[in-house]
Amino acid sequence: MTYIAKPKVHHPALQKNAIGLVRRDYEGSVTTLCAGCGHDSVTAAIIQAFWELSVHPHRVAKLSGIGCSSKTPTYFLREAHGFNGVHGRMPALVTGANAANGDLLYIGVSGDGDSLSIGLGQLCHAIRRNVNALYVLENNGVYGLTKGQFSASADPGSLSKRGEANTMEAIDGCLLALTMGATFVARSFSGDKEQLVPLLKAGLAHKGFAFISIVSPCVTFNDHEGSTKSYAYTREHMVEVVEADFVMPTKAITTQYDPGTTRSVTLHDGSRVQLTKVADDYDPTDRDRAYGYVREKHKAGQIVTGLLYIAPDSSDMHEQANTVAAPLHDLPYETLCPGSAALDKLQTRFR
Amino acid sequence: MRPTDVGHPDYFHRVVDCQWACPAHTNVPEYIRLIAQGRFTEAYLVNRASNVFPGILGRTCDRPCEPACRRTRVDGTPVAICRLKRVAADHRDEVAHLIPTAPSEKNGKKVALIGAGPASLTVANDLMPLGYAVTIFEKLPRAGGLMRINIPSFRLPEPVLDEEIGYIVNMGVEMRFGTPVTSLKALLDSGEFDAVFVGSGAPRGKELDIPGRRDSDQIFLGIEWLESVHFGHVDSVGSHVVIIGVGNTAMDCCRSAKRLGATDVKVVARKTRKYFKASPWELEDAEEEGVEILENLQPIRFVLEQGRLVGMEFDRFRSIEVDGTLQQEVVGREIIPCDTVILAIGQDNAFPWIERGIGLEFGKWDMPVVDRTTFMSTRPGVFFGGDAAFGPANIIWAVEHGHQAAISIHNHCQGVPVTERPPRGVTLTSTKMGLHEWAYSNNYDPSGRQKMQHVEMPLRFQNMTTEVEKGFTAEQTRTEVERCLNCDVQTHFTDSLCIECDACIDICPVDCLTITPNGEEADLRTRLMAPADNTDQPIFVSGQLKQTGRVMVKDENVCLHCGLCAERCPTFAWDMRRAVIDLPHAGAAVALVTR
Repeated sequence: MTYIAKPKVHHPALQKNAIGLVRRDYEGSVTTLCAGCGHDSVTAAIIQAFWELSVHPHRVAKLSGIGCSSKTPTYFLREAHGFNGVHGRMPALVTGANAANGDLLYIGVSGDGDSLSIGLGQLCHAIRRNVNALYVLENNGVYGLTKGQFSASADPGSLSKRGEANTMEAIDGCLLALTMGATFVARSFSGDKEQLVPLLKAGLAHKGFAFISIVSPCVTFNDHEGSTKSYAYTREHMVEVVEADFVMPTKAITTQYDPGTTRSVTLHDGSRVQLTKVADDYDPTDRDRAYGYVREKHKAGQIVTGLLYIAPDSSDMHEQANTVAAPLHDLPYETLCPGSAALDKLQTRFR
Repeated sequence: MRPTDVGHPDYFHRVVDCQWACPAHTNVPEYIRLIAQGRFTEAYLVNRASNVFPGILGRTCDRPCEPACRRTRVDGTPVAICRLKRVAADHRDEVAHLIPTAPSEKNGKKVALIGAGPASLTVANDLMPLGYAVTIFEKLPRAGGLMRINIPSFRLPEPVLDEEIGYIVNMGVEMRFGTPVTSLKALLDSGEFDAVFVGSGAPRGKELDIPGRRDSDQIFLGIEWLESVHFGHVDSVGSHVVIIGVGNTAMDCCRSAKRLGATDVKVVARKTRKYFKASPWELEDAEEEGVEILENLQPIRFVLEQGRLVGMEFDRFRSIEVDGTLQQEVVGREIIPCDTVILAIGQDNAFPWIERGIGLEFGKWDMPVVDRTTFMSTRPGVFFGGDAAFGPANIIWAVEHGHQAAISIHNHCQGVPVTERPPRGVTLTSTKMGLHEWAYSNNYDPSGRQKMQHVEMPLRFQNMTTEVEKGFTAEQTRTEVERCLNCDVQTHFTDSLCIECDACIDICPVDCLTITPNGEEADLRTRLMAPADNTDQPIFVSGQLKQTGRVMVKDENVCLHCGLCAERCPTFAWDMRRAVIDLPHAGAAVALVTR
């Protein structure tokens, strides 16, 4: 951390978005993570994405559990709603919050420990329910807060800072999400904002559970020679399979795409995700093919990044459960709590 | 772009906008830090090393540093650099024992300086400690030149002048007062001096030859009138005074007239306010005292009735600005009643005492041909400086001319070509004290610029010597010093250490930093986090970074020098290093640096 807060003064040429805010308006308090932490770059990308989407900060709820990653919601959108819950229980929080008020934009930030160890079951069920939220998994392969033990996402053979190799198989969050039926699965790298920001924007616009796993190096415990989650290793081994460009609903496509390599997916709100650089043998709307491709490349030592899978028609938890559209706090008390006579009537249906 | 060479003495110097803009390159951030620590004496000496007259300039400088100040581009108003200079001068301890002294054993060389103004005094200041015998010829009975006779005491008290001039004269300069040089040829032919420096200023006020000019004794030339006021030859003035011209001399004239009893003082300008030559703060000070400043008026004649001056007639202009140039057309006439007119429309050089045909060439506008680097004329051994060299400028330019001429005179007397200038240098020292501690106050202070308090209105008109500006209070000083961004504490980057984690880019409050593929400067300037459209400010480009082959680019324009990039850097690729620019004076004496 730093001893001084980031000065409020900003560059005189900073642009305003559609609702008159500059990027600095989307910041939170100054980070307390280690200098050089990948998570801070992810935070900066989140700030950029919300600014570009011209989101009103107070229409956002940010949720997290425990861990370095889970501290980061403090560092963006200081005017948003937020809840920092029990270790690994963020998926339940986001599910509950979303059930009560589907009008807010939900972002959950988690780490490989919070999501793939203590909270693994929680994550799986949030995916199954297709909760309408952006789920960011900041993946560094170690437990940074407890001095750098291997986490569940550490690759076999990856060396710890002390030089010992990891022996256990890794859980790949993206493969897990594909298996559980996630409707939006992406992988990115904290050091590549050009790729990450459009993915975050697409994930926020996606109706349903948008899962983005981001390699976010731990500069203190996992950025050494022999680590497979370091800045240098990730840069050497990452392969972008699908480049996603997010296009706002109101905006015409101005970028020229080579017709042979482009696919467009329209989201529920009319915005589009323009997919380019799609590898010849890849189809980002084919779940099984995506799974196989990621596995193949992983065996070849490559980290596949980009928008790996998107289900063009996705129905979220509210649609599936046929719940009321309005936030519960907007419903009159009599509707929310119809009284004991109504309860009796309901119960007789089950006798 | 090729990687920036930060070892070049000019790169980081340019980043210190105030120091770069100061003709004498005063190390402003260094002395402001010393003031912040209450080390007024050291702050004074840092100033004196460059500008020689901190107490005088702290009241009268034209302040080229302030419009250049980075703070202006950040929050709209510059640091009150000049006021802080005065704080150091006012609150210092005795410094006489800390001023360089002349050696008792002389080097056998004799130098004549003509005129006892700031240029000549600076030459004496630089040459005396090297063992030269220096003689100053001055036509008036006292030293100081225009600093003394043209700047009224209510802006610059005499004790301040006496003390700072005294530090130089007391090194053992031979002062020949009341001795105007009437023939340069005779002086040179006497063979008494190894070098001659002409620092005689631009002593002739410009005339306005329009009908009626010679018909009244109530029409004065500004600088002559101010001199008469200074020596007490004039102690009253008419009640309705018109000043023609809006330079700083006009401001001194109008405010002096108020103190000599004028009830109605008008300053009349041909152009519009944007084009006025007077410093904005001097205009404000005059207006605060009830002086009326009129624009768009061109004098055409003096109006006399029975031999008595009763007014002045003007053409009235309408002004419009077309493509940045002022265009004016006559739209009418008007007469402004007055009983006194003071002409302050500029000054000319005058060298009736320099003979032609002595090997000293005269060029355009009958001005001597003087080299802009060496300050030597076409006759070896004769040097010029101050207003005498290139026409009227200001005190701080005269000081810098003096420094450069002193280097040349020293070379000339030691048989070294005058074109051989001592090299500039830059020394970088890390300011890192601990993980998050720096040897300077790195936090940004959002306070606004402090306003100088003035002596109350009726009191200040009682006499000519009541200094109007009270100087900053302790509280004002404490606030103002923290507004300085410490631009001399430089962001220093080591490309081989960078792991491209983006931490510096994410934390930078003013979006100075970008990691991007290299390109030509014009292209690169458009591809940064914030467009670098201020081309007066350099951009830094690193060598290729290890992991991706991209480069780190920094736009220096609005950097707060807060050090957050260095605090957030995990590999110490960024460091905050204090740059001391070494700008040698005569004898290549090392610039005074306090540690």
